[in-house]
Amino acid sequence: MGQFFKLADLGAIAPELELILWGMGILIADLIIKDKKKLGIVAIVGLFVSGIFLFRLNGVEATAYGGLLVIDQFANFFKLIFLVAATLAIAISMKYLDIERENHGEYYALILFATMGMMFMAGAVDLVTMYISLETMAIATYVLVGFLRSSQRSNEASLKYFLLGAFSSGILLYGMSLLYGISGSTRFIDIAEALSRRPLNDPISLMAMITLSAGMFFKIAAVPFHQWTPDAYEGAPTSITAYMSVAVKAASFAMMVRVFMVAIYPMRPHWVAIMAAVSVMTMTVGNIAAITQSNIKRLLAYSSISHAGYVLIGLIAGNQTGLIAVAIYLLIYTFTNLGAWAVVVALKRRDVIGEHIDEMSGLFFKNPVAAILMLIFLLSLAGIPPTAGFIGKFYLFASAIETGHNTLAVIAVLNAAISIYFYLRIVVAMFMREPNEKTELTYSPALLTVLAVAFIVTMFIGIYPDPFISMARLAIPAGF
Amino acid sequence: MLETTLFYIFSFVAIVSAILVITQRNVVHSAIFLAATLLAVAGIFLTLHAEFLAGVQVIVYVGGILVLFVFVIMLIALNRTEVERQFNRQWTLAAITAAVLVAEFAYVIFRGKETFPLPSATAAAPAIAVTGNSQLVGVSLYTNYLLPFEIASILLLVAIVGAVVLSKKKTAED
Repeated sequence: MGQFFKLADLGAIAPELELILWGMGILIADLIIKDKKKLGIVAIVGLFVSGIFLFRLNGVEATAYGGLLVIDQFANFFKLIFLVAATLAIAISMKYLDIERENHGEYYALILFATMGMMFMAGAVDLVTMYISLETMAIATYVLVGFLRSSQRSNEASLKYFLLGAFSSGILLYGMSLLYGISGSTRFIDIAEALSRRPLNDPISLMAMITLSAGMFFKIAAVPFHQWTPDAYEGAPTSITAYMSVAVKAASFAMMVRVFMVAIYPMRPHWVAIMAAVSVMTMTVGNIAAITQSNIKRLLAYSSISHAGYVLIGLIAGNQTGLIAVAIYLLIYTFTNLGAWAVVVALKRRDVIGEHIDEMSGLFFKNPVAAILMLIFLLSLAGIPPTAGFIGKFYLFASAIETGHNTLAVIAVLNAAISIYFYLRIVVAMFMREPNEKTELTYSPALLTVLAVAFIVTMFIGIYPDPFISMARLAIPAGF
Repeated sequence: MLETTLFYIFSFVAIVSAILVITQRNVVHSAIFLAATLLAVAGIFLTLHAEFLAGVQVIVYVGGILVLFVFVIMLIALNRTEVERQFNRQWTLAAITAAVLVAEFAYVIFRGKETFPLPSATAAAPAIAVTGNSQLVGVSLYTNYLLPFEIASILLLVAIVGAVVLSKKKTAED
């Protein structure tokens, strides 16, 4: 039976393999090393080594494990996003965990394992591989959300996320089992082939598509499957919230692009209709709910819901511009959003929750640099030039207009306008209000590095986006 | 014919006991009904000629997981759940949603029956009888599905580490 496994397959999964070994190494080193911050640095080194392996796969187009996994530029692009997000998230975690007195080696190992799951998700072209990778990521994330064991909010967040996540996985599996029943195969290509032979209005295909989409929409926290998001994001350790809001979301989108653009592509007229409705609801509900929030973590949680709505536009457009927009938007969002969360993490001090909007009051007078950085990240989230966020939104909206989804584009622009209002609320608090004694920041060198990196990339993409766009163009060949 | 009858019996038992699992106030009763559900599902696997899966279902779920449930029930304060009211009072809404979903699924199955020709279970049986059920599962796990099988081992590692992290007591050095 040797024809299914070749030694070359190990080379194809080298970046993931390295993360697994490194994660296990950290679990063992945790017993010996008492200063847990060092383990954070070890984990970052591990992510860099994985990045080197990933770089060696640059430009490789191959399938591995008998067609369960593909190595292509699309997968590599997303894997890079996950590695960057994990690196930045670990960098903002180290000080934060010390403050929470919960600095353990398992934290870093779990982040590496979750990242490994995401990397497999980006490459999976088979339902079983995709599902197992998804669950590896999800279970690691459930634990990380509840990592602050003594905090009731963290426990509650973890439990809610876990229960709803398990439920949504059940729905996802239901759809998958129907697809398997239709095609007799778990490979995306075979499923697409079987679906295209069936009539478009075939009830069983429709049922499979709807349940599968519902499961997927839960993973990206699209309305009406978003209720878990504010609670989970608020209760989780802020560093994990940052990680979840970028990496978990990007991984789910990578999976969605593969499923919707390959496996159930024959059903496109149907899923475009559903997705357009979900996208409009997600943008609108996310933005309107964000207006009334006074907790920064909840506000950014709702903002991340609305961003998922924007990204869905790229899938609805479905052409090359649309998919490039999805990739570039998620890349930009990773840096910008992690930057914004890094500022929130900096507000955290021992015994101070540091997440109410009042605690940002007068930040500009106490710490002008942090306030200006936060301003730039918020402008980028709102999509105002010359920041990177503008480029992402520009591509998304352009793809909607290119494919004739004009109403959708108009609604998205209106939503972007609403979002400026609540982002500016934070800005007003930082720049116009009197500082109170609460406004104080704790820095660590790692946190400062994250802020600097996020700032540089956000501005660089905003001013000179060409290299990143050609990178995304390579990831999305025409006729994906 | 016999297989169809058995299928309906097992399905009926599975569904009724599944409903009882969530409606019983006494947790021990819920656990017992869960065992009934899982055994009935194992029975369905048997009628589909998936003997290995049926065995695994009984050993892992009924023998392993359910026993763990019962242990946990023994360790926590049981009587509180009987006294406390359930905090969500959305029975009607849940029942309506479930009814709509059932109607939808029933409609889909009846409408889609002709486009979804199910191979009869007996047709697939001879091929399996030659090689043996568990052997087929093993071969497919180590060849076709080697990668997900290996990722699943990491999934289990993550679950173990997670369980330890979440249940570990705070030590002095923390």
